Formats: sequence, C-alpha cells, structure tokens
Amino acid sequence: MMLGRLYGAKAWGAFAAAAAVVFVVVPVLNLAVPASSPLHLSAFGVTLGGKIMCYMIVAVALDLVWGYAGILSLGHGLFFALGGYAFGMYLMRQIGADGQYHVDMPDFMVFLDWKTFPWQWWNSQSFLWCAFLVVAVPGIVAFVFGYFAFRSRVKGVYFSIITQALTFAVMLLFFRNATGFGGNNGFTDFKRILGIPIATREMRMALFAITGGVLAATLLLARFVVASRFGRVLAAIRDAEARVMSCGYDTLWYKLFVWTLSAILCGIAGALYVPQVGIINPSEMSPANSIEIAIWVAVGGRGTLVGPIVGAGLVNAAKSVFTVAFPEYWLYVLGGLFIAVTLFLPEGVVGLARRVRRGGVR
Amino acid sequence: MSRAFARAFLAIALAFAGGAWALDAGTVHRVAFGDGDEKVAAVAELAVSADPAAKRLLQALADGTVQVSGDRVMIVDGDAGIDAASGARIDPLPESRDDVIVNNRVRGAIDSALAALRLLDPSREVRARSADALADASDRGMRPLIAAALARETDPGIRETLEHILAAMDLRSPDASVRLQAVERLGDSGHPRTKALLLAEIDKGTEPDAAVRRAAAGSLKRVEARLARADFAGLVFSGMSLASILLLAALGLAITYGLMGVINMAHGELIMIGAYATYVVQSVFRSRWPAAFDWYLPVAVPFAFAASAAVGMALERAVIRRLYGRPLETLLATWGISLVLIQAVRTIFGPQNVQVENPAFMSGGIEMFPGVVLPWSRIVIIGFAAAVLAAVGVLLARTRLGLFVRGVTQNRAMAACVGVRTARIDTWAFGLGAGLAGLAGCALSQIGNVGPDLGQSYIVDSFMVVVLGGVGQLAGTVYAALGLGFADKLIESWSGAVLAKIAVLAFIIVFIQKRPQGLFALKGRAVEA
Repeated sequence: MMLGRLYGAKAWGAFAAAAAVVFVVVPVLNLAVPASSPLHLSAFGVTLGGKIMCYMIVAVALDLVWGYAGILSLGHGLFFALGGYAFGMYLMRQIGADGQYHVDMPDFMVFLDWKTFPWQWWNSQSFLWCAFLVVAVPGIVAFVFGYFAFRSRVKGVYFSIITQALTFAVMLLFFRNATGFGGNNGFTDFKRILGIPIATREMRMALFAITGGVLAATLLLARFVVASRFGRVLAAIRDAEARVMSCGYDTLWYKLFVWTLSAILCGIAGALYVPQVGIINPSEMSPANSIEIAIWVAVGGRGTLVGPIVGAGLVNAAKSVFTVAFPEYWLYVLGGLFIAVTLFLPEGVVGLARRVRRGGVR
Repeated sequence: MSRAFARAFLAIALAFAGGAWALDAGTVHRVAFGDGDEKVAAVAELAVSADPAAKRLLQALADGTVQVSGDRVMIVDGDAGIDAASGARIDPLPESRDDVIVNNRVRGAIDSALAALRLLDPSREVRARSADALADASDRGMRPLIAAALARETDPGIRETLEHILAAMDLRSPDASVRLQAVERLGDSGHPRTKALLLAEIDKGTEPDAAVRRAAAGSLKRVEARLARADFAGLVFSGMSLASILLLAALGLAITYGLMGVINMAHGELIMIGAYATYVVQSVFRSRWPAAFDWYLPVAVPFAFAASAAVGMALERAVIRRLYGRPLETLLATWGISLVLIQAVRTIFGPQNVQVENPAFMSGGIEMFPGVVLPWSRIVIIGFAAAVLAAVGVLLARTRLGLFVRGVTQNRAMAACVGVRTARIDTWAFGLGAGLAGLAGCALSQIGNVGPDLGQSYIVDSFMVVVLGGVGQLAGTVYAALGLGFADKLIESWSGAVLAKIAVLAFIIVFIQKRPQGLFALKGRAVEA
C-alpha cells in the first residue's frame, strides 16, 4: 500500500535495522546468552530500554503538536500519567488477594477502610475496559481542554502556561487520598498481567517488544499524518495561522485533531511504562516532568520525527549515566542542555547532522 | 540578700511552729477520711478559705505527703511532720501511718483548687495560666474564691476568662434564676468556649427551664454572630496576607513578563536567591554582631534586591537577550537556568532547608478577637508589599528609567530613534524585575522554609497572577493578586487547601478561555505574536 511512499529506501533500511535490534538482538542477548557471558543483557538493561522507548513515543507525540503545529504543551506528562493510571487500575486488580492484607482489594483502599470500589474503578478488572480507558481518558481530557482553548484562540506562551496549570491542578487532585487512586503513593507492587506473573524474564521481554512495536507504529502513523495534506495545513498553521484562516480553513479542528492524537499516544506510552517500571504516582504529573519532555524534542530537533526519538534516547541515556555516577551534576547538565540547545542548536542534533552532511556549517 | 533569706527562714519556722496555723478540724477530718463527695467539698472549703495553711495542705495532698494515724491527719516531710489541723509539730512520728487515698476525681478538685489559689498570685503570667487551667472546671464549691479573684483582677483578658468560669459554674446551680442570669452574662462573653456551653444549655435534656432555654438561644445567637465576625476578620486577614505574598512574587514578573514580554521560568529561583541572601545576611549578623541581630532585616532587604538583580542582569546579558522575540525558546532556556540555579544553591548551601530566624520585633502578634491572632510577621509583609508596590509605581510613572522602560515597551523602534539605548534599558528593566523577586524572597524567608525548592512552589502561582491580571500593566497584577489571594482563602475555608488550589487553577484555565488577554488587558488591536 502507501507505506512505500512514507520513507525512501535508505530510511526503510534504517527502520528495519532498528526493528532488528529491538525484536531480535535484544531478546537474544537477554534470553539466549547465558548470564555469565559479557554479551548478556541484564534485566535492568531491558527495562531501561523499554522505559526509554516509552519516552520516545511521548517525544514523538509532543513533536507532532510542537514541531508541526507550533503548540508547545507543558502538560504532556498529564496524558502520560492518565494512561498509566488507567492501566495501573487493571494491574492493581490483578494483584487480587496477594496484597499485604490478603483481601481482594488494593492495599490502599483497605488502609483507608473502604468497603467497596469507588465509581472510577467500575469494571477495572477487565483488561479490555482498562485498555479502552488508556485511550479514552487522555483523549477526552485533551479534546475537551483543547476544544475550549483553541476555540478561544489561546496560543503561544499562554497556552503553554495553562497546560502547565492543568497538569499541576490534576497532580494536586491525585495527591488526595479521596480521589481514589492511592494518593501520594499511587500504584505499585504489581504482580500479574492477564494472569501471567509480571516479574519473569519472558514477560519483561514481551513488554519490551510490544513497546518497540508501538514505537514503530507511532512513528509510521506520525509520518503518515505529517506527510499528508493534513500535515501541510498543520505546518501552515504553525507558520501563519491568520493566513490559513483567511484562506478559509477552520484551524480549530486541525489543531484539535493533532492535539488529541498526541494525547492518546502519550496515554498509550504511559500504559506501557507502568508495568515495566512498576510504579505510577502523581509526581509523574509534576510540571517539571512535562517540561523535560520538551527538552528531549528540542535536543533531537523538532519538526523532524527522528529528532524526538534521538533526543529522548540521548537525554535519558545521559540521565541514567549521570544520576548513577554523578547525581549532583545531573541538574547542571540538564539545565545546561536547555540553555545550550535553545541558544546554539535551534534545530537540534538532527538539524546539526543535516547541516554537517550538506557541508554547510555556517 | 542574706537578710531576706533569714526572714523567709523565720516565716517557715513560724509556720511549722504553728503560730499562724489553724484550720477547721472538721474540714481537715473530712478531707482525710470522707468519701469522694465529702472530700471534694472539703477541698473547695479549704480553697475558699484562701488560708496559706490550707494551701500548704492542698499542695501536700497533691504531692501525696498527707498521712493519717488513728484520727490524726499529718503532713509528713521525711522523718518529721506537722498536724494538718493545728500545725503542731509531731516528733517522733507515730509508727503506724496510712496514706490518704486521693482518687482521680479528688485529684482534679485539688488541682483546680490550687489553680484557683494561684489566681491571687501577684504575677500576671501565673494568674493567666491558672485562669486558663480552670476554664473547664465547674465545681460550684469554688465559686466564692473565683468571685473574690474576679473582684481583685484588673487584667481584661483574665477577667473575661474568670467571668466565663463563673457563668459556667452558675449554670450548674439548681436555682433557675441564677442560671438565667448566667446565660445572659454568657451572651456578652467573648470566650471561645462559650458557644459549647450555650449549646448544651438550649438542650432540653440538660436544661429543664423553658425561660432559661429561650434566653440561652438568644445569647447563643449573639455569641455566634460575634464568632462569625471574628472568623470573617480572620479570613480577610489571611486573604490579605496571601495576596500580599502573591503580589510580591508576581510584581517582578509583571515587569519582566508583563511589560517586557520575557517569559522567565527562573523567576521562582530569583525569589529563592533573595531568600538565601537574607539567610546569608542573617548568619553574618549572628556570628559578627549578635547584639544587633534584630537589625539584620533592614540590611537584608537591599542586599536581597541587589543579589537577585545582579543575577538577573547577568542572565539577561548572557542568555535572554539572544532569545528576544522567541517566547517558547525563552521559556525552555530560562527553565534550564532555573535548574542550574537550584543545583548551584544545593551545592553551596546543601540540600536541606536553612533556618532564617525572625527578628524579635516580628515575632508574636496582636490578638484582634479571642482566638484570632494576627502575627506581626504577616502584618509587616502586608505593609512591605504595599510599600514595594508604591515604589514600583513611582519608579515606572515618575522616573526617567520608568519613562524609558514604558517607551521601549510601547514602541521599541521609535524609542531607539529618539536616542533611548534600548538594549541597556532591557537589562535594567530585567534587573528591576529580578530585584523585586529578591525582595519577595526576603519577605518569604520570614514566614516559611528557605530551601532550594522554594521558587518552584511560587512559579505557577505568580504566572497565574500575571496571566489573570493581563499583560502590560501593574494595576491588573495588583487586582489579580488580591482576587486570587481572597478567593483561595475563601474556598479553603469551605473545602480545604488542596481543593481550593485546584478550584482556583480550574477557574483560571476557564477564565483564560473567555478572556485570553487577561482581566485588565490594554484596549486596542491585539497584535498577533
């Protein structure tokens, strides 16, 4: 079909190589190579890889709205966390009676002396319902918020600030025990998915591979959106919204569509993140987390789709190294990245690479 | 010195010798041998006599040093003892002695009797404390003593408590007319516990007389109205206080963001730098000039301003200047700056909160109504915020720098044409905004924790104030700060702090949809950014 048109032959080659790493090399190194071998990939490595791929999905999602529609969201962590919480509910129900209190109810509810599940938990024992919520909740929140914001033409920095206020407000809400999602501690101590124990090597590898698959699908979908006629209108809105409106386009629906799509992608990434990392709590919604997503995109290069993936990979790999080796310097590095990238690398690493290849470094 | 000591010794010796000691033998007998009711009544009689000997006996009962042998009641001290009734010395002590049993109820009576006796103490502190200790006691036996104490009392606060105690005792009277009077007196009482007393008095179960119940209901209404007024005053004050803090935090932002259009996410960290500057000044004073410690604050104010302004101007020169006209990039870069500043402070001062002590004149407060205390620190900050606001207003409206800042904001090119050095004005204006953040930090250090994360908790709030107030002028910022401060405290009084915060944020998010230019946007054609 039209997949062939999305990328050139070279790009497809790179795509296939990346897919081979995710679906063949990593599983072999982790499952088939004995633990004693230096080539063995540890469980920690697999989880870290899976986690970073979740971040890559989020970065691509943010880039869709920021890089292609000019809408900088400082609240994407909210959608990520909402997806995570939606799936976390299912994981909490899967613990069953194996919790600390040996009651068929999440520990925090027993602790709060709740006898029945609150309405938010309706049907949460169903995998399909929770999978639906993973898509629906971030999607609906984003749609409603976006509809009102775009309709009244809130844009630029104003929009960024109110998305930040939104995620901050919801974070405060989730910190409350009465909200029904475990308060400060959130969800943790997961045991099973679909009845299969979560801590086994095979399960971990399956989650890793699924995340890789979703990342690939996200990339292709984003590419499809961006390369379509729709994507061109988006870019035009980014560059001169007033002119696009004068040409007779109703920009509201263009922005709203890509905004909602982006939120849904974040929600899915959150749902994949939670079982791999093993915890979700309200601090995922802190404004600082959301703004960090923007720096992944900026480092990689916004307005390209490879950029966010490269950026999320680079920044998070650096973070993993630094927070272990020199924890007190990580914030200097991160802060420095924010400054250096905006000042010296407006097109990110990918933009720099392009310029170098063309031989035209200013 | 030694003479006073000798005199005291003599007094004690005389007391032991039994010169002034004469207690009613029957009362003493009942205190030692009576049943619970008799003991309580006897304790009250002893207290009412206000006799120093009675006081000593009560103290001995409380200490458990009263013993009996046969019919005799003795206060024992080591090997020696005195007769509790006559004060006569008993030496040697009889062989077989029993302790006087003091159960919890009697102990309570003894404690309140001793407290009642302390109501006659010359020290105001002691009297106030014992009056508070008695506030729940309602043994009618003690009434004459309390009445006597009230007659002698001059301090209005203690008088109020004593009147409350008397009324509470009278409510126990079997005589309905006494109760009626008490209920009417309670209607004028400003004591916080009055309401609970009256609530019990309108209940049929505790009050059989209908007339008293009616009077109690009337008094209750008056008390509740007074309490509501006090609550409201407290609410207004805490709203004012929060508004003044929001205003201080947002004023600097109103200049950098509101006037210059620079979105500075490191504003919170500039506040933090001001707070740490205050901490440094305070530490220097503590180690160098401990005698002049109270004066550190007047020194810290300009120092905090200068420290933050210097950092701000350096940032403007090094980073922000290159990003004018690119607000989203400015946002990200200044966020990076804020991370670096937080970590720098952690490296220098350590990750824990540091202690900033109030100068003596800022501690304590005024009690406006019973139970509503206005802390001096908050009052000073409200005044400080008003002063800073006035100063900024004058600076912008009346000085050359203010004129240039307004000129550059309104029309940069034209300002440059008439010879204003716009780049330099940018630096100064940004420095001013940063310095104002420093002042906010100095104020915040007086009422809260000072730590590396201090700024993070104010950045969202200050942006809300500026966004709500509208870009381009100070008046909007002031109204927005006042409005948000009051709204937050008002909602908080119904629903708790977290929900209040969420409600305010939700309100702002909705509000921005309606008026994207803010509450007090300048009239005119909106220019697309």
